[in-house]
Amino acid sequence: MVRFFVVFLVLISNAYAAIDTYEFKDKSKEHRFHDLSADMRCPKCQNQNLADSNAAIAQDLKQKIYLMLEADKTDTEIVDYMVARYGDFVLYEPRFNAQNAVLWLGPIVLLVLGLLMVIWLTRSRNKAKQDNKSIPELDAKQQQQLQDVLNKDNKV
Amino acid sequence: MPRVLLFIPLVLFITLSFFLWKGLSIDPRALPSALIDKPFPDFKVEALLQSERFLTKADIVGRPVLVNVWATWCPSCRQEHEQLLRMAQESKIKIIGLNYKDERQAATQWLQQLGNPYAFNIYDEAGMLGLDLGVYGAPETYLLDAQGVVRHRHIGVITEQTWLDIQLLIESLGVNK
Amino acid sequence: MIPELGEFALILALGFSLILAVIPLYGAASLNSLWMEYARPLAKAQFTFMLISFICLGYAFAVDDFSVQYVANHSNSQLPMQFKLSAIWGGHEGSLLLWAFILSGWTLAVSLFSRDLPLDMLARVLGVMGIIATGFISFLLWTSSPFLRYLPRFPADGADLNPLLQDFGLIVHPPMLYMGYVGFSVAFSFAIAALLSGRLDAAWARWSRPWTNIAWAFLGAGITLGSWWAYYELGWGGWWFWDPVENASLMPWLVGTALLHSLAVTEKRGVFKSWTLLLAIFAFSLSLLGTFLVRSGVLTSVHAFASDPERGFFILVLLLLTIGGSLTLYAFKAPSVKSESSFGWLSREMLLLINNVFLVVMAVTVLLGTLYPLLIDALGGGKISVGPPYFNALFVPIMSLLAISMGVSGASRWRQTTVVGMKQQLLMPAIISVVVGVIFPFTYGDGFNFRVFLGITISTWVIATALQEFKGKFRNADSMMTKLGQLSPSYYGMVLAHIGVAVTAIGITLVSVYSEERDMRMALGDKVELAGYQFEFKGAKRVKGANFTADEGTIVVTLDGESVVTLHPQKRHYNVKRSMMTEASIDAGLFRDLYLAMGEPLGDDGAWAVRVHYKPYVRWLWLGGLLMSLGGILTVFDKRYRRKSTNEVAHA
Repeated sequence: MVRFFVVFLVLISNAYAAIDTYEFKDKSKEHRFHDLSADMRCPKCQNQNLADSNAAIAQDLKQKIYLMLEADKTDTEIVDYMVARYGDFVLYEPRFNAQNAVLWLGPIVLLVLGLLMVIWLTRSRNKAKQDNKSIPELDAKQQQQLQDVLNKDNKV
Repeated sequence: MPRVLLFIPLVLFITLSFFLWKGLSIDPRALPSALIDKPFPDFKVEALLQSERFLTKADIVGRPVLVNVWATWCPSCRQEHEQLLRMAQESKIKIIGLNYKDERQAATQWLQQLGNPYAFNIYDEAGMLGLDLGVYGAPETYLLDAQGVVRHRHIGVITEQTWLDIQLLIESLGVNK
Repeated sequence: MIPELGEFALILALGFSLILAVIPLYGAASLNSLWMEYARPLAKAQFTFMLISFICLGYAFAVDDFSVQYVANHSNSQLPMQFKLSAIWGGHEGSLLLWAFILSGWTLAVSLFSRDLPLDMLARVLGVMGIIATGFISFLLWTSSPFLRYLPRFPADGADLNPLLQDFGLIVHPPMLYMGYVGFSVAFSFAIAALLSGRLDAAWARWSRPWTNIAWAFLGAGITLGSWWAYYELGWGGWWFWDPVENASLMPWLVGTALLHSLAVTEKRGVFKSWTLLLAIFAFSLSLLGTFLVRSGVLTSVHAFASDPERGFFILVLLLLTIGGSLTLYAFKAPSVKSESSFGWLSREMLLLINNVFLVVMAVTVLLGTLYPLLIDALGGGKISVGPPYFNALFVPIMSLLAISMGVSGASRWRQTTVVGMKQQLLMPAIISVVVGVIFPFTYGDGFNFRVFLGITISTWVIATALQEFKGKFRNADSMMTKLGQLSPSYYGMVLAHIGVAVTAIGITLVSVYSEERDMRMALGDKVELAGYQFEFKGAKRVKGANFTADEGTIVVTLDGESVVTLHPQKRHYNVKRSMMTEASIDAGLFRDLYLAMGEPLGDDGAWAVRVHYKPYVRWLWLGGLLMSLGGILTVFDKRYRRKSTNEVAHA
């Protein structure tokens, strides 16, 4: 039955750009509107932000953002409002908390680890080269022994 | 380079595969309600069939209820309607309708033609109550306990099967059949 | 009849793949040259029947055979012919057939262009490709046949192709992309063959390189085309959304970039063998993972095919067998022996290794961000979203570090470089880069902007260091012309590709910072100003297309009174699917695009919601991508790949 609901959603979400004509007197508010609607996810679309979506719920949420901006709410208040109703799903920038620590810190940790590995590998390679350098030379007696062995082989 | 280290990519891959396998049984589009175990939002909205009457949260609390979000523009709601009528007959639990972003006349006609399983209907024309509730489409059904706390949300049409599941939940809240 | 022929050809192709997967590999293991010799003809047979199957599906589309389910779901009698044919890959089943067909094509190519290769190596390479083909053709036949029929009652007409896909982009983007995805299977097969045979000398790297470079070039071209297509098709002027399906194509490309550099080092210096092998496996694994993500329904995306967890399970099994098997083989047989030559702390080898680390970390970052919502959900943590803010925040800094490192690597020498030597070469480019970076935002924009400074400085750095290295080649040359002729296509390819990176970076930087956009209500005669241009709305009228009707607006654009262009954005209503689509009107230019799209009609006075974009340097994005791919293709013309080697192949 979920499939039916899904089909219904697909049918009504048309493929055209959402162009809203909100009038902002304050330029900075207009800017914040663009940023907020770009960074929030439409709750029912197939991975679209509010800015690009023409779904009914996206229009409603944009309308709400517009009203909240005009009412001089801060970005944090607007974001919290949306999350209280739709969950973290609606944020395209995942919050920095314990659950998402791996997400935000992982790449940096990996980068450091990677660079450390490169350094370690080069060092062990160079160390091996150093070890090879310390092969002692043969002394005169050993050189004679070597010659004897080689000459013996030649005779065969 | 110790041989053990060369097994790391394989181990990582197997871990990933496990998650991918689990992912196959998850529906990435099913959004759980953000209001689970939180109180139903306060509101003051007109009733659908009696436009002079205003409904508030007080009308909803007192016993466990189902709140069904529906609209005439929603084809699946039409599908679901018969099931709702059956449920209203079978069970003692009240079904409250939330007429979402609809037209009063169309909605009234619909109920007259198809039958009315609802105890009463909240006429949320602008969808603001829906927004407070975290509604993002229709049909949706919410199960509230006696204190008006949201316990469960079902997205989509309620079928025989889902009704059985919801009934189990209702029993755990203590509604007499 | 023809569709059944197509299905039958597919079954025959499966048969040949199966034999190809078994006989030559067994022959290589038991040194039976007769069995190994079978590899080439088997590859040809497999290709022949895949071709027949593909043509059969194409025929069904061309003659409007709506008794075939796939044709009925994706085509329509009113659909223009070029889209009827492109609709072959417009859905899951057909695109999978394309995938398998291209795989058989690459297998054939390897069998034809491999006179250099010792027989046992060739047998193994083709054998592994046969294994992959067996997996995919089985998948096709078992779960996703495009030849299923609606019998006895079939629709009189088809459901039409999604309007978004009825575009030139559909004709080129998927085939290019698949050429790349599938092409990495060749590098993969070479790596597996090397592991199986134990022959891990530099020759393996030399054989792998041209195949890897071509596949990489195709994938890059596919990604570039996809971005360009999304830009003009979707109507909101975006060019990259960090959507899971887009990420699925970027990841193998990033690892592929690391791979082609690592192969170069392994060929020239005989080092990094284990790492290169791992990268070859990793790149193709990401291709396969992408296939899984797009077709299993595990992630939500506007690009995803109709999802089906059953199919997803099949692909997951394919993944486990291919990737799991290859990584197991790698763990047991990858060399842990120290390589032949060594290199110092500051050397080209070291720097290229560091660049590899950057590239791989970038790929893993994209992978992490794409899969994290799934991971959290599977662990019971609820639903979260990871989108552009995350990717941009992490990707851009690492890419900047890579770009800086690119320049430094260019000045380094193999084995050992001195700090003094590099400083000498790099000082001038550094100064030039910083100066240009500082001046640019003042002259082009309206004051200093850190992002622009960063982007322009780094891009100039990449170009300046490349030119510096180029100049250095002529130091001891007698004549410029002879030296130019002496430089190998490989070298030219590298320079072109690196400049391509800089061009893309410039495009991204400038379009991100300086683009302007306004959505507004325009009635007849209304004028609007944006970025110095004046836009006047002259009304909308009805027009008819092949399978749609549209409202077409007319907007006259002027700059300081002089007419620039008249644009005609459309709002299309497709007849069959009854869906609407915005067809943006773009005035393209090398240094800026003017982009207009129509939204909804507002009110009775003929007013419309119109979106106007000013997009500076957006074409540089794709130009850079093209340069990179051209560079990749150029390297393949190097003489050393064409020379019939009479030398003994070096043994490990």
